[in-house]
Amino acid sequence: MKWFRRQEKHDEAEELEAIEVGAAARVAEEAIDEAAEVEPDQLEEAEVESEEVFEEEDQETVSWFARLKKGLTKSRENIVGKISTLLTMHGKIDEELWDEMEAILIQADLGIHSTTRVIDSVRESVERERISDVEQVMGLLKKELTRILKTEAPQTLDHTSERRIYLIVGVNGTGKTTTIAKLARSFAKEKQSVLLGAADTFRAAAVEQLDIWAKRMGVDIVKHERGADPAAVVYDAIHAASARRIDVLLIDTAGRLHTYVNLMEELKKIKRIAEREKGDADLQTLLVIDATTGQNGIAQARLFHEALEVDGIVLTKLDGTAKGGIILAIHDELAIPIRYIGVGEGMDDLKDFSADEFIEALIGS
Amino acid sequence: MFDNLSTKLQDIFGKLKSRGKLSEKDVDAAMREVRLALLEADVNYKVVKDFVSKVKERAIGGEVLDSLTPGQQVVKIVNEGLTELMGSTESKLSFAPRPPSIIMLVGLQGSGKTTTSAKLAYHLRSSGKRPFLVGADVYRPAAIDQLRTLAEENNISFYSDDPSTAPMTIVKDGIRAANQKGSDVIIVDTAGRLHIDDDMMLELEQIKKEVKPHQILLVVDAMTGQDAVNVAQSFRDRLDFDGVVMTKLDGDARGGAALSIKAVTGRPIKLVSVGEKMDSLEPFHPDRMASRILGMGDILTLIEKAQANIDEKQAREMEDKLRRADFTFEDFLDQMEQMQKMGPINQLIKMIPGMNKLPKDIAVSDQDLARIRAIIQSMTREERLTPNIINGSRRERIAKGSGTDTHQINQLLKQFAQTKKMLKQLGSMQGKGRMPKGSFPFMG
Ligand SMILES: Nc1nc2c(ncn2[C@@H]2O[C@H](COP(=O)(O)OP(=O)(O)O)[C@@H](O)[C@H]2O)c(=O)[nH]1
Ligand SMILES: Nc1nc2c(ncn2[C@@H]2O[C@H](COP(=O)(O)OP(=O)(O)O)[C@@H](O)[C@H]2O)c(=O)[nH]1
Ligand SMILES: [Mg+2]
Ligand SMILES: [Mg+2]
Repeated sequence: MKWFRRQEKHDEAEELEAIEVGAAARVAEEAIDEAAEVEPDQLEEAEVESEEVFEEEDQETVSWFARLKKGLTKSRENIVGKISTLLTMHGKIDEELWDEMEAILIQADLGIHSTTRVIDSVRESVERERISDVEQVMGLLKKELTRILKTEAPQTLDHTSERRIYLIVGVNGTGKTTTIAKLARSFAKEKQSVLLGAADTFRAAAVEQLDIWAKRMGVDIVKHERGADPAAVVYDAIHAASARRIDVLLIDTAGRLHTYVNLMEELKKIKRIAEREKGDADLQTLLVIDATTGQNGIAQARLFHEALEVDGIVLTKLDGTAKGGIILAIHDELAIPIRYIGVGEGMDDLKDFSADEFIEALIGS
Repeated sequence: MFDNLSTKLQDIFGKLKSRGKLSEKDVDAAMREVRLALLEADVNYKVVKDFVSKVKERAIGGEVLDSLTPGQQVVKIVNEGLTELMGSTESKLSFAPRPPSIIMLVGLQGSGKTTTSAKLAYHLRSSGKRPFLVGADVYRPAAIDQLRTLAEENNISFYSDDPSTAPMTIVKDGIRAANQKGSDVIIVDTAGRLHIDDDMMLELEQIKKEVKPHQILLVVDAMTGQDAVNVAQSFRDRLDFDGVVMTKLDGDARGGAALSIKAVTGRPIKLVSVGEKMDSLEPFHPDRMASRILGMGDILTLIEKAQANIDEKQAREMEDKLRRADFTFEDFLDQMEQMQKMGPINQLIKMIPGMNKLPKDIAVSDQDLARIRAIIQSMTREERLTPNIINGSRRERIAKGSGTDTHQINQLLKQFAQTKKMLKQLGSMQGKGRMPKGSFPFMG
């Protein structure tokens, strides 16, 4: 740690200038004074040893799908219902069937455009192949949904480098910080070294929130004061990670609506600095989307992608009754792979995304 | 991204003008567009179905048939219907006849409860109340710190305890502390929870039973999709909340959840939140929300107009200024001139979703401009840069220097503040759909 600080001094002039250019927009608005006085960096040694925490490794055999189902049966108003039930009860392929299928897909937040496209395509197949068996319609629907989700998207990350940096972004309150805790937990379980970068310097107690997670999991954190330039935190965190040859650096950022151009510029700058400073590490940008999000999710994904070239999506809060169908519409348009899903508030509530399981849960079967 | 419903309907009906009569089939075509617009806005599927069939009845019933501009008529009927559905008049927060009033905020995770609690306290204090914040979220890491920080920054009284304490205990102790302080409104921030989480919902039921809040407000994210009704219904079944606060309306979400929730639970939207800062809590206007949901504001046209008329470089400079929050009177004058070039400002403002009413007194004529210029020229440089130093005696001096009166100076100062606020609001609306990035002039 100490020599990292020294190293930073070496190319001070150039680096610091870059960081200071266009100080964070929100900082500018209300915290310029504080920002100037901010302590350069404080890399905290966590008190707990990783080994201790992961001793009680949970033998979790229940799939997230089972948990999800459990969650859903808990629901008293699962109005979405199940397509298969609908199909078998219905018995014949007619207009009413298509209408009801539309109702189910729209209520899962696929949006009218994607829904119409999916149904049209299924209908076309039904007509072309002269299908009269209702059961088969179900299969066609699944096939079509799967096709959308699997197109042009590698479903797993190929780690091109030993060392990785994840930049976690998204609109306000989607679960970025919690996702970081979950990711840290899963990497640490794989015996990889993890460092957190607390670059949400805007929201009250955002740093403290991440810090508590870091302590709970026994991982280190790089943090500055509230109101500091987030780009400076990112800079410090990356250098700390490379100095210590950390396997995974997870960078938390402040939530921001995609419509705020200045705040998106701030993120672009953060990413530019990360790209420049990452050294031999691989940089991945993950967009966190809340499963309860409706059609606005498309605009979110589009604008974050335009600004940052998002590498993957994390879909959180799938433990509720929302189906997260917006992800299909997003995928249809932008082909960004979905990497993980969040199914709770605990640090173990993160799962790899599986298109098949997701679709099962979406339409029920 | 969202096509303008009015335009679409006018297209449909435009073709019919020569025939002069509308058939049921024509109305059907219009209703398909209305349905699309509502679904795009995340209005719940079932609510849409209901609504469309009611509007159709009314439309076929004759109102439209006799109209010269059937497209506009349909939009009007739809808009009125939506406004009505959302509660025709704004529904205010209510307080207990005998203080203190306890207001409890509940909702899903991340919807904005903690921020809204602090804003509500801030808002109430500026309307003469003595608010008190109680932080009862012991689950989310640092949630109590978050509220405490906001309370301290804004000098609002606050109580909480260690996260190992039961929320019920914190709430009861908090109320006691508030009473000792003589506070008249106690705002209780609770942890986010899923509506299907039985234990967590029970926790709220018990708190409700014990402390009998005067108001329970459900905090809902404007970006919520179809699930909003499930959430709201469960919360209503278990807590019978009194109203809704809709957050994050500063983005481009159309906010159909507002309509769905009102339609399904019968509970009104009481407040809307339009930003992360303390001053961004506003009363709810059903008519504005209706236009927003229908996508009738046309931001794209506004942007195109603005782009055509405003010098790119100047626009960028202005954007920078706003970003640094050092928008001055000189810029204001500049701005007025730019806006005048863009055409009737009243019309432009109407195109902005959620902002179809012009802040009062903002339109300018040539005479106004000349007067404004004179007033600004009579200010010292210092006054132009930091208008809040303009006190009574300075006002008199400026009035004399510009050949106006202090009333006009006051008016200009107010206008300046309004413009600044409006520009900020506009700034947060850019970035929609196919709009070229960063190109919206004079706002950041
Ligand atoms: N039920 C549920 N809650 C979640 C999930 N992920 C995050 N949350 C909660 O959502 C809220 C916001 O999360 P946070 O990580 O602070 O969001 P951020 O603002 O994007 O950093 C917190 O109350 C989290 O506990 C999830 O997968 N399921
Ligand atoms: N842009 C915007 N962000 C908001 C608004 N209200 C809350 N937020 C942000 O949403 C996130 C979650 O808010 P918080 O109050 O912590 O939610 P809680 O989990 O329900 O208590 C934070 O990043 C807030 O700053 C709003 O009206 N507009
Ligand atoms: Mg966060
Ligand atoms: Mg909270």
